[in-house]
Amino acid sequence: MDKSAKPNVIEVRDLRTQFDDVVVHNDLDLDVHSGEIMGVVGGSGTGKSVLMRAIIGLKRPSNGTVRVFGDEFYEADEKTRLSIERRWGVLFQGGALFSSLTVAQNVMAPIREHLHVEGELAQDMAALKISMVGLPPDAGAKYPSELSGGMKKRAGLARALALDPELVFLDEPTAGLDPIGAAKFDELIINLKESLGLTVFMVTHDLDTLHAACDRVAVLAEKHVIECGPLEEVRRADHPWINEYFSGPRGRAALVAKAS
Amino acid sequence: MAESAAHFDIDVDGGVLKLVASGDWRARFLKQIDNRLRDFADDSVGRDLVIDVSGVERLDTAGAMVLQRTFFACTQRTENSRIIGANDAHGALLAQVENHLAPCHVSPVHPNAFMEMLRRLGVGTMDAINAMLELMSFIGQTLFTAWRVLTRPSHFRWTSTVHHMEEAGLNAIPIIGLMSFLIGAVVAFMGAKILRLFNADIFTVELVGIAVLREFGVLLTAILIAGRSGSAFTAQIGSMKIREEIDAMRVLGIDPMEALVLPRVVALVIMLPAIAFIAAVLGVTGGALVAAGAMDISLALFAARFQETIIINHFWAGLIKAPFFAFVIGVIGCFQGMEVEGSSESLGQRTTLSVVQSLFLVIVIDAFFAMFYLEIDF
Ligand SMILES: Nc1ncnc2c1ncn2[C@@H]1O[C@H](COP(=O)(O)OP(=O)(O)OP(=O)(O)O)[C@@H](O)[C@H]1O
Ligand SMILES: [Mg+2]
Repeated sequence: MDKSAKPNVIEVRDLRTQFDDVVVHNDLDLDVHSGEIMGVVGGSGTGKSVLMRAIIGLKRPSNGTVRVFGDEFYEADEKTRLSIERRWGVLFQGGALFSSLTVAQNVMAPIREHLHVEGELAQDMAALKISMVGLPPDAGAKYPSELSGGMKKRAGLARALALDPELVFLDEPTAGLDPIGAAKFDELIINLKESLGLTVFMVTHDLDTLHAACDRVAVLAEKHVIECGPLEEVRRADHPWINEYFSGPRGRAALVAKAS
Repeated sequence: MAESAAHFDIDVDGGVLKLVASGDWRARFLKQIDNRLRDFADDSVGRDLVIDVSGVERLDTAGAMVLQRTFFACTQRTENSRIIGANDAHGALLAQVENHLAPCHVSPVHPNAFMEMLRRLGVGTMDAINAMLELMSFIGQTLFTAWRVLTRPSHFRWTSTVHHMEEAGLNAIPIIGLMSFLIGAVVAFMGAKILRLFNADIFTVELVGIAVLREFGVLLTAILIAGRSGSAFTAQIGSMKIREEIDAMRVLGIDPMEALVLPRVVALVIMLPAIAFIAAVLGVTGGALVAAGAMDISLALFAARFQETIIINHFWAGLIKAPFFAFVIGVIGCFQGMEVEGSSESLGQRTTLSVVQSLFLVIVIDAFFAMFYLEIDF
């Protein structure tokens, strides 16, 4: 895993997380290289969202280290943390939009906060992101409670991309999107990766996204990463969950779709 | 940093405008040049423009957007108008943002300020009227639910009711008791000072007894419960509303009136009189202790005089009001919770409203009772 020449943007070692005495992860290792799209899969409740939260500094691990951009987030001082936070964007599973701000104001929030850009330029930047994630222009003036589930996802993604981050965390970005929208989303992520050198940590259940977008896949089960590598390799691994996941009807359909 | 910040020069080359961009065109460097770029675009509408980006060291989507925006503001893409000198990555970025330049609305549009004021006045008035009507209807619904549950007692939520009795009632006793004790003491002090002028110290007993039993005990309890539990009810139900939990209950066939509102209202209606009683006792105790400490009225004398002059009516006059206060506080707390919509801001507004409205109504009802008692000589 460590033989790759590219530096690791995320480096998780011996991670252990728990809620009281319920252990979610134990001895979990994971590397995400610079400029790759890492797909994280696993059954419901295996701790994908918690892993993401541990990496972005919201869930302190009870053991092990988490390094992002080479710095140990939980040990870093305020200034380092801020500079790390500026370099990543996060899309939460539920969107997590600010409910008292409109979509456009949501997208402008990090632009104002971190870049201190105001006025028309900030609005133009927000409009660009809103359009890029496939929302119509009139969605900008809507409040989150007026959006559909899929639109919330897109708005959350627009906010995550607002600062052109080097690293984005996406928790099930295509869940709740129509298939056309989901395919467009894959395309968008790949484009951004190519033009901006984006690194992506993506939790997903979407097999099409795995095939289309992900450079490597990490499979979470039994409290740690059981397989990690290119999709082709992972698919061949001998583990009941992996077999069922990739050779179930949906897994095969995605494969056919990819081949055609 | 400074020498690599975003920068552009304008050339004219055979009638064709040429914008030479250089430096770091990432979002953080754009605000210095954005206004100049806009001015340039405004001045050059309709002219052919070539943008040379070969000198651009770094570019992100914001930079690409600004370049494309300037380009399209001046001209349509023709033979003579091009963006040149982009390397592969920059070219890809420029192509990517090209189709996403349409401006978008930032907040809901409103007409001019005067119309906006009129609109808000109208909306505010209608809201106030509707809120009155809705509150009435909510009270009706609550009473109807209570009636239905009375006829089918198995539908009553005992666990939830007891939980709220503990949360809103039992846990409030220390603070309410303390407040009431202090108020009783303060009333005794004030009275003692004035009454001594007339050599009528002993009337402190009546003062404390009547004031605390009739008004302060129950009013103080109602005020603290409104601030403490009314607001909590609004916040609890409101956040459930935001997360669609109320809708979920409805489609599961659970009546929110029955499951959320009734237990809270019933809990308050049971607990508030009990706490008001404790408050009255502690208030009188506070008064008695001050009388003993600061004046020459011993506790025994206080008790004797209290028994002699304070008729039981004063006590009932206070306590009868308690269930009415409790009902109003509970119903308004739940009603405002149900009215929460969408945003966390609305939750905050409704919580404030809940406390303000229930305090207001508590005082109004108290005034009505005072007039009523006066008429019937109670
Ligand atoms: N705040 C919490 N308190 C206690 N346990 C929690 C908490 N958050 C998550 N868990 C537990 O941690 C485990 C992993 O949860 P997590 O949300 O990471 O699942 P997931 O892999 O993201 O699932 P899904 O695919 O359904 O989103 C679950 O068993 C869950 O019950
Ligand atoms: Mg999850």
